[in-house]
Amino acid sequence: MSSPLVEVQDLNVRFVTRESTAHAVNGVTFSVQPGEVLCILGESGSGKSVTLRALMRLLPANKARISGSIKVDGQDVLALDAAGLSRLRGGLVSMIFQEPMTALDPVYTIGDQIVETIRRHKGGTKAAARARALELLELVKIPSAAQRLDNYPHELSGGLRQRAMIAMALSCGPRLLLADEPTTALDATVQIQVLILLRKLQADLGMGTIFVTHDLGVASEIADRIAVMYAGRIIEEGPVADILANPLHPYTRGLMASTVHGQSRDRDIDAIPGSPPDLRQLPPGCAFAPRCAQASGDCLTAPPEPRYPAPGRMARCVQVSAKTPEFA
Amino acid sequence: MENLSDRGGPAQPLLIAKDLRKHFKVKGGAPGATVRAVDGVSFTIHKGETLGIVGESGCGKSTLARLLLHLIEPDSGELVFDGDPVGEMRGISVNALRRQVQMVFQDSASSLNPRMPVRDSIAFGPHVHGKTKAESSRIARDVLVKVGLKPDLFGPRYPHELSGGQKQRVNIARALAIEPRMVILDEAVSALDKSVEAQVLNLLRALKENFNLTYLFISHDLSVVRYISDRVLVMYLGAVVELGPVNEIFSRPKHPYTVALLASRPSMDPANRIEEPPLTGDPPSPIDPPSGCRFRTRCQFAETVCAEVQPVLGQWNDRDSHIAACHMRDPASGHSRATEVN
Ligand SMILES: Nc1ncnc2c1ncn2[C@@H]1O[C@H](COP(=O)(O)OP(=O)(O)OP(=O)(O)O)[C@@H](O)[C@H]1O
Ligand SMILES: Nc1ncnc2c1ncn2[C@@H]1O[C@H](COP(=O)(O)OP(=O)(O)OP(=O)(O)O)[C@@H](O)[C@H]1O
Ligand code: SF4
Ligand SMILES: [Mg+2]
Ligand SMILES: [Mg+2]
Repeated sequence: MSSPLVEVQDLNVRFVTRESTAHAVNGVTFSVQPGEVLCILGESGSGKSVTLRALMRLLPANKARISGSIKVDGQDVLALDAAGLSRLRGGLVSMIFQEPMTALDPVYTIGDQIVETIRRHKGGTKAAARARALELLELVKIPSAAQRLDNYPHELSGGLRQRAMIAMALSCGPRLLLADEPTTALDATVQIQVLILLRKLQADLGMGTIFVTHDLGVASEIADRIAVMYAGRIIEEGPVADILANPLHPYTRGLMASTVHGQSRDRDIDAIPGSPPDLRQLPPGCAFAPRCAQASGDCLTAPPEPRYPAPGRMARCVQVSAKTPEFA
Repeated sequence: MENLSDRGGPAQPLLIAKDLRKHFKVKGGAPGATVRAVDGVSFTIHKGETLGIVGESGCGKSTLARLLLHLIEPDSGELVFDGDPVGEMRGISVNALRRQVQMVFQDSASSLNPRMPVRDSIAFGPHVHGKTKAESSRIARDVLVKVGLKPDLFGPRYPHELSGGQKQRVNIARALAIEPRMVILDEAVSALDKSVEAQVLNLLRALKENFNLTYLFISHDLSVVRYISDRVLVMYLGAVVELGPVNEIFSRPKHPYTVALLASRPSMDPANRIEEPPLTGDPPSPIDPPSGCRFRTRCQFAETVCAEVQPVLGQWNDRDSHIAACHMRDPASGHSRATEVN
């Protein structure tokens, strides 16, 4: 195996205010190979966006306390100076967001913004950059791309704006693409268009990708591997097909059972009782224990250590042993 | 409160909407330009059923819901509630309608008063509708119990002290407090996490059973609509394109738009991913919708007749019918596939 594109070790992020400390990310470890799509799956507040933003050092420096190690393409991201960060953000890594308007400037045309991005990071003539911008719009399958270059963001539909943002993110040839719920705000018919597009681009360009979503269905369409987050921890990780077929952690199981997907109309859905814990007062043991039907005394003392029941699979649950029957 | 009992009998639809229309003026647009948000929508809701409404963002679902309660005035069209025309001399008043139909919105946080304990928010409705303070508080406690929140624990709390799922339960409790016969749920579970959404869906089902409610359930989540609805209405650009029993719609969709919408649901199977988008392009502008069939600009079966003649939906007031506004479904339309498909 080649050396990983991303290596995150024991990442912790706390948001400290005078009143309280929110433990948003708690000991997160994962890696991404070049050309691989890792989906971070989890519910609201589980720490997905914070993890992603930490990779680009986009968290507010005055409030966020970060520890652990983040390496992208061998570079120690947490140690980069301003020049190094700018190189990281302008070439190696790009990010796309749920709301394209956060990345696009409303007062400039799509074309001007892409041209400006290309020239800032790669230099070259205006004409060359514009030709590249046109290529990029065609790459993301924007119809009548030449005319669209001169459109302002508000003149595009949600789906086209999302494509324009993807084009801009690709403009500097990133090796790592970070995607924070880029299809969540789109209609089903447009969402699948954008997912298929991203999948093709990712395969053609060989980018490593971290794709954040709260939607199992989206993960099933795009992920190679899934990391499931709960209360700031990755509680299960593995190849997408294995996790969907055979989830190990009770939370992953609960999430799949409670996701409405062709269940019988005659009976209740198997909901998970309760709600996620307060990140200011995490329980000392497994953060899922208060909602878990299988919880025992062992679950309440310390967060379960990772267990590796099969190649490529990890779960943090005391019920999972290295010799889980399914794999024996 | 007057008695809100069943007036028309079981066979009388609870609500009939006939040819509802609402066009919004476009701010800063060309003179006379309008958004045709709801453009001739007709359907019935029968007593005790759940009618699901699906369709893309901006197709007019919320506008339709607000028209049903006269929260906005329709430009034209008719509403009949349990046999009584709404807002007419011989019928029932808009106020009487609102006593019997309640609405729960998506944004559970902003629909509660942040400076009021939730028990007071809930008691407000019954009090406005004529109950005494004491009666209203008792009702608030009762409905909190019904939605699974302990009144002593949760009643005194303010909205910011509740989770998203708890807030949505409070909203449902508030809707139930005036004992409505029908509840309109507009994306009521969409903002919730999956694990909490399931709890609220179970609650909605139980409440419907116990209090003989009728639901209008609006959602962009097709799987949720399939689970909760008895019949489904599919909207596209301000108009109904398909209407029918839930199993019919999901197993034998008739309109090409419904077919594409259903095929756009993620596979949930990494070994069988969707390879080609079922539908290309974006929905056209509701300001200037295409002539004839509104879907024709994205429809792979569109022919000349589709641009020239607007297809009709058919027998919308018949409870069991499964109908679609598409020329392929009308053998007399002249569409080349009209006979083949039927
Ligand atoms: N700048 C910040 N200051 C303080 N707390 C923050 C900040 N950013 C995030 N948090 C907190 O960190 C926790 C994790 O947030 P994060 O945005 O990573 O969640 P998420 O998994 O992306 O959720 P969602 O699905 O809602 O986007 C939350 O409790 C959030 O309130
Ligand atoms: N008060 C208003 N003034 C002008 N236009 C409006 C108004 N309310 C809605 N519209 C427009 O009417 C159309 C239908 O909007 P509506 O909110 O009913 O859609 P929807 O189906 O509920 O969408 P969503 O799924 O995004 O909630 C949209 O084009 C919208 O922009
Ligand atoms: S009427 Fe014509 S354009 Fe419209 S859905 Fe049917 S075939 Fe397609
Ligand atoms: Mg997020
Ligand atoms: Mg709406």
